[in-house]
Amino acid sequence: MSARHLLAIGDLGREGIERILARAESFAEVAGRPIKKVPTLRGRTVINLFMEPSTRTQSSFELAAKRLSADVVTVKAQGSSVEKGESFKDTVLTLSAYDPSAIVVRAPHAGAAALVARWSRASVINAGDGKHEHPTQALLDLFTLRRRLGRLDGLRVWIIGDVAHSRVARSGIVALRTMGCEVTVCGPPTLVPRAIAELGCSVRYDLAGVERADVIYALRVQRERIAGIVAPSLREYVERWQIDGRRLRPGQVVMHPGPVNRGVELASEVCDSPQSLIVDQVEAGVAVRMAVLYELLAGAGGDGARTPAVSEQEAPQPA
Amino acid sequence: MSEPARTLHPALAVSEGAPANLTIAGVRALDPVAGIDQVCDLVVRDGVVSSLAEPGSGAAPDSGEVVDGSGRVAVPAFVDPHVHLRTPGREDEEDIESGTRAAAAGGFCCVVAMANTDPVVDSPELLSALRRRADREARVQVGFAAAVTVGQRGDRLTDTTLLADAGAVCFSDDGLPVRSARVMRQALQCQRLHGLPLVLHEEDPDLSGEGAMHEGTVSVRLGVAGIPWASEAVMAARDVLLAELEDGRIHLQHVSSARTLAIVEWARARGVAVTCEVTPHHLLLCDEDVAGLDTARKMNPPLRSAGDRTALREALRSGLIDCIATDHAPHAQEEKEAPFEEAPMGTTGLETAFAALYTDLVVPGELSLATLVEKLTAGASVLGFERPSLKPGSVANLCLVDLDKEWTVGENGFESRSANNAFLGRRLRGKVLLTTSAGAVVWRDRSILMREVAA
Ligand SMILES: [Zn+2]
Repeated sequence: MSARHLLAIGDLGREGIERILARAESFAEVAGRPIKKVPTLRGRTVINLFMEPSTRTQSSFELAAKRLSADVVTVKAQGSSVEKGESFKDTVLTLSAYDPSAIVVRAPHAGAAALVARWSRASVINAGDGKHEHPTQALLDLFTLRRRLGRLDGLRVWIIGDVAHSRVARSGIVALRTMGCEVTVCGPPTLVPRAIAELGCSVRYDLAGVERADVIYALRVQRERIAGIVAPSLREYVERWQIDGRRLRPGQVVMHPGPVNRGVELASEVCDSPQSLIVDQVEAGVAVRMAVLYELLAGAGGDGARTPAVSEQEAPQPA
Repeated sequence: MSEPARTLHPALAVSEGAPANLTIAGVRALDPVAGIDQVCDLVVRDGVVSSLAEPGSGAAPDSGEVVDGSGRVAVPAFVDPHVHLRTPGREDEEDIESGTRAAAAGGFCCVVAMANTDPVVDSPELLSALRRRADREARVQVGFAAAVTVGQRGDRLTDTTLLADAGAVCFSDDGLPVRSARVMRQALQCQRLHGLPLVLHEEDPDLSGEGAMHEGTVSVRLGVAGIPWASEAVMAARDVLLAELEDGRIHLQHVSSARTLAIVEWARARGVAVTCEVTPHHLLLCDEDVAGLDTARKMNPPLRSAGDRTALREALRSGLIDCIATDHAPHAQEEKEAPFEEAPMGTTGLETAFAALYTDLVVPGELSLATLVEKLTAGASVLGFERPSLKPGSVANLCLVDLDKEWTVGENGFESRSANNAFLGRRLRGKVLLTTSAGAVVWRDRSILMREVAA
């Protein structure tokens, strides 16, 4: 990774993704040790700026930074900074005064992480900006898939659900395509914009053909979006797009970025089946985020002027 | 011989300036409407174009100022039927003085301010007060639009004839559509009393929803909610049909999509009195230019697809589009310095309109300079004003342009109080050096040299 920030998955390219996945393998090994800590980022500060709540992503990033021995501060700000009377920019400038090495940003608007990168000297990691991008989620999905299936190239992946409002889908499609997967998105037309095909995937509105998929990736569907004006009805959604035990074929794996609405996008028995990788995804999250922090702050891409030398022994090497 | 009327329309306000005595020596005078394109000494006496004399013929007055016009072009000054001066209510963003200074710097001699201020210009009292204020502060001629509906709420008509009597130059709820078709119909019926054009922002707010940019491949890629082209086109379709029903006259503001143009073409073929305008940013930029989520490029209607942009250019050349309007929309920096989806919509445009269009359309040969000048002045005809002209006997409403001068947008700040310009940082060709409005010099570029001729 030559850049200082991770704002969008498309910035990485195949080589960058490979490097992070390889690094994550070695960090996954750290998680197996009794003392799950390496001194790589000792004395460095990582700020998690979470402008919208996300227990999962937030704790994953916190844990990743702590396992690298960084000092971690998590700041939760209101979704709309205007409400608080402090502008988003002011918030960023204030946090930058602590001279963090990295700022992890989760925000309800597209481009928020890029703005932080413009206003701060820190390395910025996009932990989800609006419905735009969620690059570390895409990376941990690739990591999980490759661990289970042994490869990425040529996999047939179906992404099912609320594609329109999903940053996971956007980063995911780009990441999967980059690694040679064949991607199909599927869901009700109100939740799957036709133009998403521009990202290199095919678009389907029914599940015919899903039996040939290697990977079924279900997205969270908000009940209010279904029951409201967007999709016809919850019953219709479940009837047409839910993955249940009858639809799942042997050999297929199921993924979901969480949290799952059991009984909506996935039937409960599917969530708990051995074909489900949902728990593996959570586990992979920490290792992948450690790898990203490492690559940005201590690896080749680090800002030389601001990065204290890290001896190669300190950091675990890819196997 | 009676004094010529100073303003292009009796309802326009302008502060009194000293009538110019000025000779632009050896200049190319270009006025496509009057059929003038010649190198001459352009002489202005007492604020009136007195002659276009043979260069060096000695027609220069024995008093006044002489400007070197060689290699430069004098054209009728521009008329913008659509600007936002943010007064009253948001004088931190713009006021009549700063907005008209920006206009003068951009070569405009006349602008029309929209009524979506705070409070909305929906009463004769407020309108009169604004006109009095403009009589003191405005550098160029200013007309004021009055709201079509009370508070621009779209459901109840304003006192249209009282507003017309108080000096409104047109009616517009710009910023918003006239939501109710019934009220729109009534507005067209009232036009029989006051005769002023209805100037329309065409948008279906339900279709636009939370959209922050054009709905298309870029919005889908970015995950930003989009505004479909249909949002504009369906409302335009409604309004041309109502104009046909009532035999009314309407003007569509800032058309942005190919489908809206098709509707205008169809309506014209049926004899509906419909005119329309286009902005420089819709002619020069498209949704791909928003991929970086630069809030200076967030506007309404949004920058559309490259295909729409091509259609707009063709329609400008063919005459389907009547005039160019900037929709100059100043915003406070702290409000624009927000995430894209939260930032307000609008770009400033008065100071960059000519140069941006000249650089991107005229220099590459897509549009003639004559057509550009014609479209930048045609807003006058659309609103029923007299058109600025270089014809001897006309009040001096002209600007002097150096077509070769290159400059970078924003390098010396802006005359406008706001800096949210969609072309910020762009290198442009063509600079307005001098502008006159209503016979007085209202703008001089710092670089221009003038020689005083003693009396
Ligand atoms: Zn408008």
